Amino acid sequence: MSKFKLVSDGLVKNNPTFVLLLGMCPTLATTTSAINGLSMGLATLFVLVLSNMAISAIAPVVPDKVHIPVYIVVIATFVTLLQFLMQAYTPSMYETLGLFIPLIVVNCIVLGRAEAFANKHGVGESALDGIGVGLGFTCSLTVLGLVREILGSGSAFGYNFIGGADGMLAFVMAPGAFLCLGYLMVLFNKYLKKN
Amino acid sequence: MAVKSSLTNMVAVLGLTCLVCSALLGGAYALTKEPIQAAAAQKTTQAIAQVLPHFTEVDYNQEDGYYTAKDGENLVGYAIESSVMGFGGELKLLVGITPDGVVYNTAVLSHSETPGLGAKCTTDTRFMDQWRGFDPSVKKLAVTKDGGDVDAITASTITSRAYTQAVANALSVFALLNNMEDPDAFSGASVVKIEEGGQDNE
Repeated sequence: MSKFKLVSDGLVKNNPTFVLLLGMCPTLATTTSAINGLSMGLATLFVLVLSNMAISAIAPVVPDKVHIPVYIVVIATFVTLLQFLMQAYTPSMYETLGLFIPLIVVNCIVLGRAEAFANKHGVGESALDGIGVGLGFTCSLTVLGLVREILGSGSAFGYNFIGGADGMLAFVMAPGAFLCLGYLMVLFNKYLKKN
Repeated sequence: MAVKSSLTNMVAVLGLTCLVCSALLGGAYALTKEPIQAAAAQKTTQAIAQVLPHFTEVDYNQEDGYYTAKDGENLVGYAIESSVMGFGGELKLLVGITPDGVVYNTAVLSHSETPGLGAKCTTDTRFMDQWRGFDPSVKKLAVTKDGGDVDAITASTITSRAYTQAVANALSVFALLNNMEDPDAFSGASVVKIEEGGQDNE
């Protein structure tokens, strides 16, 4: 598989949010604005690339029966590392995303890529796969957050364009998350995935 | 992939993985400990600077959750942490009170109110600005609906009541700090009844 295809597969064909429907919990909960979606996506990307690389490196020596606990320990290590870094250098973002950062440990995208790809491929390929899927997740969350922010708060990336008026509140709350996700999924599968 | 499992290699690999990972995290913790503390301290100082006039030093009373701010020798005021139950969970405020018993300003430390409704207590300037220079001896500390002088956030009466209650609690603490005889009479905290589960939306 070419390097480009490894990355682009994660973005379109195996897009975790719109095609594989993985990681729905952080997807629905953190995309109240484009910035929040983008941050959550980047946090997951960070963990995904590092855990994919580490797991592909150690996979050949991990006994079959303990491979899940070993993978979880590796993933949890990178998530905790990310938590320390965010607390130290981006404390306000850490507070906004709150519980969803530690929950990356049990995000099925991360363990899914470890099981489905990283333990069968080399370190380089696994890193590219992590980048592709991570970017796919980041883009999806950013687009979803952007749509919800425009409809719900009347702003884009924090820039308000409707003055003092209120947006359609429902889109900031949980029902709007489901609605937006559903329609974006339809559009994505109809136009992007077909090509 | 997949090495055949035996007791020895399972224990060895799992043990080794945990050892390496914990060593890595121990190192990372040591490296990030100072920046994390600095970030937390900066956040507190910023919040205090928001609710009190200019000060040069701050003392924290951990037991009762208030900060004493001084400018050189002069007492600038107290920043009192106050948390109540809002609509969606705990609403935590920092209330700055100058020595004459007037609220200088308030700031929300953390909340879990509904976005677009109760969460406006952090953005609605009309609501927030009325706390600047709020003098409890002149104005009545209750939302207008309950016969007081606090303008509630539109469609968020419960959040506004909780906010008012939190300020009242902070004023009671202030009164205790100044050894007043009847702290509740001073802040009006027990005068206003907070009804559980009112008919309002929030």
